[in-house]
Amino acid sequence: MTKPRVAIFDFACCEGCQLQIVNLEEDILNLIELVDVVEWREAMSEQSHEYDIAIIEGSITREEDAKRLEVIRSRAKILIALGACATIGGINRMKNNFDLQEVRSCVYGKDGAMPHLNTQPTKACHEVVEVDYKIHGCPINNAEFARILRALLLGKRPFVPDYPVCVECKARETICRYEYNEICLGPIIRAGCNAPCPAAGFRCFGCRGLVDNPNLQAAQEVMDKYDLTVDDLKQKMVLFNTK
Amino acid sequence: MSKTININVHHITRVEGHGNIVVNISNGTIEKCQWQVPEAPRFFEAMVRGRRYDDIQTIVSRICGICSISHSLVATKAVEDALGLKVTEQTDLVRHLMHYSEQLQSHVLHVGYLVAPDLFGEKSVVPLVPKATEAVKKIIKAHRVANQMSALLAGRITHPVTLTPGGMTRIPTEQELRDLKKTLEDVVPDLVDICKVVLSVAGNLPAFERPTEYVSLRQTNPFYKNNLSAYSFYHGDITSTDLNGKADMPVNQWENVANEYVVPQSTAKWAKWHRDSYFVGALARFNNQAEYLSPLGKTVADMFGLKKGCCNPYMNSVAQLAEAAHVVQASLELIDILLTKGLKPEKLRVSPRAGRGYAAVEAPRGILFHAYEFNKKGECTWANCCIPTNQNHANIQNDFEKLVPQYMHEGQDALRQKLEMLVRAYDPCISCSTHYLHVEFVK
Repeated sequence: MTKPRVAIFDFACCEGCQLQIVNLEEDILNLIELVDVVEWREAMSEQSHEYDIAIIEGSITREEDAKRLEVIRSRAKILIALGACATIGGINRMKNNFDLQEVRSCVYGKDGAMPHLNTQPTKACHEVVEVDYKIHGCPINNAEFARILRALLLGKRPFVPDYPVCVECKARETICRYEYNEICLGPIIRAGCNAPCPAAGFRCFGCRGLVDNPNLQAAQEVMDKYDLTVDDLKQKMVLFNTK
Repeated sequence: MSKTININVHHITRVEGHGNIVVNISNGTIEKCQWQVPEAPRFFEAMVRGRRYDDIQTIVSRICGICSISHSLVATKAVEDALGLKVTEQTDLVRHLMHYSEQLQSHVLHVGYLVAPDLFGEKSVVPLVPKATEAVKKIIKAHRVANQMSALLAGRITHPVTLTPGGMTRIPTEQELRDLKKTLEDVVPDLVDICKVVLSVAGNLPAFERPTEYVSLRQTNPFYKNNLSAYSFYHGDITSTDLNGKADMPVNQWENVANEYVVPQSTAKWAKWHRDSYFVGALARFNNQAEYLSPLGKTVADMFGLKKGCCNPYMNSVAQLAEAAHVVQASLELIDILLTKGLKPEKLRVSPRAGRGYAAVEAPRGILFHAYEFNKKGECTWANCCIPTNQNHANIQNDFEKLVPQYMHEGQDALRQKLEMLVRAYDPCISCSTHYLHVEFVK
């Protein structure tokens, strides 16, 4: 049996999600047994135009990048969006809250008008091409990545949680951040990360995006209970544009 | 001898981010010799405006996935400078440890996964798995240990969550630190073995030299001056091999160090201090502070014949190996200090105020500067970040211009290989696209 050919591509991002694949450490040796990695610029020099699975990291912020993604889509049987930049636009999407000409001159001064500094509103992959699977998070949880990839190789539809982070906090008995008077996005954000941030004493800031049908009523009740407003909550949703 | 050479490396592989190498030689005349960076700009300094002081480190850690801890640390320090916050000695020690975990992780990744394939004549680490199985397993183990250390201290491996202005959201337990100590002690022999394997192929590092200016931090903190952390990654002033007895520059003057300038053939600005380019990274730190390396760090440097004053950029990878050994020993020392003092829970009390703050830390690939300004509500009104790779671009170009005439007689393939290896030696982190990073040349 020939192994599925996998190619990994990066667009506007920090490349931290690719790093999580490397961070599988010993398990990566097992994973690369199962597939034929034909292109992965950050890790290897080989390149290929023929692949079955394309893994896309990063968001789309330029016309040339949109075109490149369309070409990749046309070559791949399965396209996976890897990480928050690819699944929801990620931190790059904060740019969309500003006037883009002003953003350019803010960072580059009078040079900001130069054509190579062209930038468009940040898009997630699915806003440009059809995406078959999404691996959420900033960065991704690499155990989830390995699980999803293995499911795909077995021809199964991978399981991705559609319940909020609060479920995982409860399961690991983490004290709720609201008990410390902090605003946490856990009630409305998709689980699957195993809630590492609240366990380390930090609020959830929403890097995995909203659950499909966020329970706004419950979120409102949490806000009421702690004398907070929905506006307070929305302020915290700016980072990963889940507002 | 080949008289016509056309090298066009589009998106050089095994580096973080996107860079191009273009060299055209016609009838023995160099017509074009360029290092280009076509990375998509991401505008972080614009995006943080309006965000609260305690969201800054969460946003800017996303500048870079490999040095996210350094970005978070320098942002937190700059915010603390702006808000006039002092942290406890305990917080400072834990942050140091967290920072060391990233140096170890990044250096092992860079030398083991990205540079070693060149030295073994392979295109990636994958063919090395059957060829040098034990060595690859040791590299993976050292990388895993570093990541476990990050996970413990930063709350996650990449993009830390325990850092917050004024302190830490979580302090490790004494038991966790004792376990970490054991893990680090256990990885020391593996690091030595990794160094021996690299040494066996170190003859493939080109013997290319070009004197330049080396810029890094130098320790000023009296507490750390008396221990292994005297070799500074985290505190101190900005120093240079070109100072000739002049005083180091305080960190809040960093905008006068990373002087940006326009090159005639380039639309982008590069950085210079005392000459038209400078070098930041492990070799710069080594050239400024080699005498403070830990015993094992010195042993590793000696193994490779690395000496203070080295001006071979390819030796940056060797300096990284020496630093990898050093940070393990420096970490063990800091863990002992923490355990002797005993760990205490900390209470954070932070109130916003208006002000501007500056900070610098050493990212694995060189000195990293951030600055922020806040209004009285604690909302960010201005930001400026200057990343190490940005500071190295001009120096890479200058190396290209000396290297190409020196090695063009070896022919196209050998020259391309040397140029690619040179870029990799700098351990560039190009997607750290922030300020004036976007380098493109007028054709």
